[in-house]
Amino acid sequence: MGEVSLIDISKNFTLRVDGDVQNVQALDRLSFTVRDGEVVALIGPSGCGKTTALRIAMGLEAASSGRVTVDGTQIDGCGYDRGIVFQHAELLPWLTALKNVEFGLEMKGVRGATLRDTAVKYLTLVGLSDSLNRRPYQLSGGMQQRVGIARALAIDPKVLLMDEPFGALDAQTRETLQGELLQIHARTNKTILFVTHDLDEAVLLADRVVVMQNGRLHEIVDVPLPRPRGDLAMVRGSEAFAKTRYHIWQALHGGATVH
Amino acid sequence: MVDVADRRPAPQQRADIAPAKRALPRWVITTISLCVFLLLWEIFGRRINPIFGSYPTAIFSASIELVRNGKLGAALIQSLQPFLLGYCLAIVVGVPLGLVLGRFRAVEAALGMFVTGGYAMPLVALVPLLILWFGLGFTVKAAVIFLMAIFPIVINTWLGVKSVPKALIDVGKSLVASDAVILRRIVLPATLPYIMAGIRLAVGRAVVGMVVAEFFTEISGLGGIIINAGNNFDTATMFVPIIVLMAIAVGLNHLIGWLERVIAPWQAEIAGRDQN
Repeated sequence: MGEVSLIDISKNFTLRVDGDVQNVQALDRLSFTVRDGEVVALIGPSGCGKTTALRIAMGLEAASSGRVTVDGTQIDGCGYDRGIVFQHAELLPWLTALKNVEFGLEMKGVRGATLRDTAVKYLTLVGLSDSLNRRPYQLSGGMQQRVGIARALAIDPKVLLMDEPFGALDAQTRETLQGELLQIHARTNKTILFVTHDLDEAVLLADRVVVMQNGRLHEIVDVPLPRPRGDLAMVRGSEAFAKTRYHIWQALHGGATVH
Repeated sequence: MVDVADRRPAPQQRADIAPAKRALPRWVITTISLCVFLLLWEIFGRRINPIFGSYPTAIFSASIELVRNGKLGAALIQSLQPFLLGYCLAIVVGVPLGLVLGRFRAVEAALGMFVTGGYAMPLVALVPLLILWFGLGFTVKAAVIFLMAIFPIVINTWLGVKSVPKALIDVGKSLVASDAVILRRIVLPATLPYIMAGIRLAVGRAVVGMVVAEFFTEISGLGGIIINAGNNFDTATMFVPIIVLMAIAVGLNHLIGWLERVIAPWQAEIAGRDQN
């Protein structure tokens, strides 16, 4: 199982701008559920609170009100039932790829031979079995993000949370990694919630797309594309892709929804 | 497992492999600079009354004399003992203190001002008091050196902790690491370059502290030679320990720089610094 629910999440904070205190409402009673094994994209214009929502789901930030549950249990801070992939990988620069993945496992209490074996297994899953002993500065951006994904997957979380995981990569690398993420999902059937500002990416990867506007839920759009989505170029060319993409585009631009 | 990094260089490394313009090695430039300095000093130093100044060859023969009669060696050993104790103690106490100051708000609020204030403390003025506490011998000298060296170490470590990217702390938090583990396994390694810079700055301060202590407590060591030679208007001999002290500081600086590259090789890579 791995069902994550955000229930009535609000987040307020105060900003001090030139001596003026401004109240900012980043999230306003946001609720949605990601079902077990589902891939959900969280999309919205920049500053709409999507990253904040993801960080609250991870437990890295506290909500002002509302709660997050994983399989019905309310979360209290971070936990091994959730794994997070950051936008810029955020590998520890003094550790090799292998040690970075082992770091997460060690925190979870894994010791001995299992530690190395599990880390190698997940680095192999993301295609880095040849680069185990490289340090982050010896890896390309795409490879760094692969290590980030392996680190999150290695602790075997129920839910994988991803904060614009491919946003900092070049277009080609992004496409490769999008395909790989779908393969990983097909193999592990992990529940995945990811934040993106890329409309194509949202439609391509997700089963449902949560569209946010100004900290509120605007619309949840089903993506009627069958799985597995093997050939992503074909998926992009399909009519269903174009229709769904246009639908979400309309929602993002605040226009009337087209049916 | 084969490390492919050796065979297939990553993009950043490729830049180093590309044929670079043949530049003068750093040690050549350093040597030329030193020679020019010594030559100018020799030329102009010889024109001055030997009480008011000296010059390299005179200082060199004075140093031969000091080595031959064993005074320099004895003074060096006498000076280095409190120096090493005070300096090492400053590192052992200063680094953890700086880490805690940077990481915990309450500690920073409680102790921060003492550290910034202590850095500006006119230590020479406090030497008479320190003599009352620690006597005139070894202990008071180590104490003066310790007090001179600890502040740059604490302050640098403290600032280093403050500049650790929040995102790296989030990595630890997301993996449910305790505060202690985050401090030891994320904050400490990320702060290392700052700590090393602090330790380097502290060398100079510790050397000054050592000489101050030798002047104002029981006269001894290299500082003792300076003061005795100065009182005898033997300027050339006076310069010998001064130059030895400066050479020690330069040597220690290089040693620490080398140490930094050994224990934190990623830093030089990230900053793209010269490996020399």
